[in-house]
Amino acid sequence: MPRSLQIALFVAAMAPLPLVIGSEFWLAWTTLALFYAYLGQSWNILAGYGGQFSFGHALFFGSGAYATAMLQIHLGLNAWAGFLLAAAAAAAVGAAVGYLVFRYGLRGSYFALVTLAFAEAFRVVANSLGITGGGVGLLVPLKPSVATMQFPEKSGFFWLVLALVGLGLILTAWLERSRFGARLMAVRENEDAARAIGVDAFRTKLAALALSGALAGSAGAVYVQMYLYLDPGIAYGPGMSIEALLAPIVGGLGTIFGPVLGAFALHGIAEIGKVGLGQAPGLNLVLYGVLLVLMVMFMPNGLFGLGRVTLRRLLPGVRNA
Amino acid sequence: MLDVIGVTKRFGGVVATDAVSLSVPAGSISALIGPNGAGKTTLFAQISGFVKPDAGEIRFEGASLLGRAPEEICALGVVRTFQIVQPFAGLTVRENIAVGAHLHRRRRREALDHADAVAERVGLGPQRDKQAAALTIAGRKRLELAKALATDPKLILLDEVMAGLNPSEIDEIIPVIRAVRQSGVTVLLIEHVMRAVMNLSERVWVLNDGALIADGTPAAIAADARVIEAYLGHGAASAPAAAATAHA
Repeated sequence: MPRSLQIALFVAAMAPLPLVIGSEFWLAWTTLALFYAYLGQSWNILAGYGGQFSFGHALFFGSGAYATAMLQIHLGLNAWAGFLLAAAAAAAVGAAVGYLVFRYGLRGSYFALVTLAFAEAFRVVANSLGITGGGVGLLVPLKPSVATMQFPEKSGFFWLVLALVGLGLILTAWLERSRFGARLMAVRENEDAARAIGVDAFRTKLAALALSGALAGSAGAVYVQMYLYLDPGIAYGPGMSIEALLAPIVGGLGTIFGPVLGAFALHGIAEIGKVGLGQAPGLNLVLYGVLLVLMVMFMPNGLFGLGRVTLRRLLPGVRNA
Repeated sequence: MLDVIGVTKRFGGVVATDAVSLSVPAGSISALIGPNGAGKTTLFAQISGFVKPDAGEIRFEGASLLGRAPEEICALGVVRTFQIVQPFAGLTVRENIAVGAHLHRRRRREALDHADAVAERVGLGPQRDKQAAALTIAGRKRLELAKALATDPKLILLDEVMAGLNPSEIDEIIPVIRAVRQSGVTVLLIEHVMRAVMNLSERVWVLNDGALIADGTPAAIAADARVIEAYLGHGAASAPAAAATAHA
């Protein structure tokens, strides 16, 4: 089945859900799972396709969220315009950080640590500035309307996030069959070999970081309209960075649908955990930690990889499911 | 076409290449030989922009290559292969070759079609849907060649594409390299397989301890006393002569 058809089918199957799901809770749950699928797709493009493992993706999420929140509060900017500017601001942060990091040839764990450090530095800065509301955070005024991206009905957010997930899927599918994507995967596999046959690894990684940043930043902008509140811990804390990387790792790194599958699996498990283990704060993080260790040890290719292996065992001769 | 002029590179106290000068004419196949550690691969790394020379000049079609990044040098038409093969292991053979093909082809379709054509040229046609990681060593050597060829180079630097191959595999790849030259690509190869060097090259340079010690036709090189000494040790060149006298 062609990728475009798979994506269309997925979106078409998901779209009527708000009309079917009666409970507010489950609608919110599905919306949140889709939201983390979108954030995970952003990480997947950089790490799954580009091999650059960021441990501080909150840097982009938070920059987008703060950009739109500050523009709305201080300048009265429309949230939809804020959404686009948030993507642009996070892309710019990605390009700036990438320029520094890649210029000095930092790879692998050094890249991961530098992104983590930048996210922390931004958190400290956001904590101490007046314009970001400091540690108290920012309250975005409530103006329910489609025009302000604060949908009166919860289903509005569902459809917005679903559209973004669809966009992320299309972008990733394009990556798999474009020159940029081919170069990005070549850099992931072997940077020197890629350079030897004409790939500008520096520019390729920089573009991937900016693109990934734009997606994460736009996710931040949507988050602000959903919760109408932002503080440095939410924006730049490790929580979002972990959510961003867990979904694709659990679902399948470098696969188009991996982040979606991973986000639903993770949040399903987290929900079951809440029912089974009670509501102790931070418990979901413990669960995530255990899950991450198990995934990396036993299923390094994620749920998609597991599916492929099982299919191959059941149907010898199937090579690429 | 390629002019290397007095290129010197030191790593600490070791002189990897010592004022090496050579000049490769367009349309030729030439070889760079020498014992292990002679500086052959370091010279390739300097031509292709991976290592910066301490002194000297490298020109390709009159333009200096010094200070240019590997990808820029590749775009000018000089491409290298790696002695230790560097496939993109997680990609298929076709996708591997397409990365090179994309240098001058933006569209995916064109790059894949070109990759198929190059795969045929090097004899990887039947294996193009395989993962690169699943190839045998002979297959990986061909892939290394194919990735480089797909960039439409004017000059290709082949670093031991025959090392690790068995004699029949070597016999198979010699005509492939000859066909590369026939298609208008100049070839400079590093090789230890003397049968291939003798068979293919019009001109041979011999490096030893970083310095050029001889150059000429393959036949002249094989008879050169300095070359025999470099390979077999001091005094080796006079030994056959002495042995011949003793028998007489």
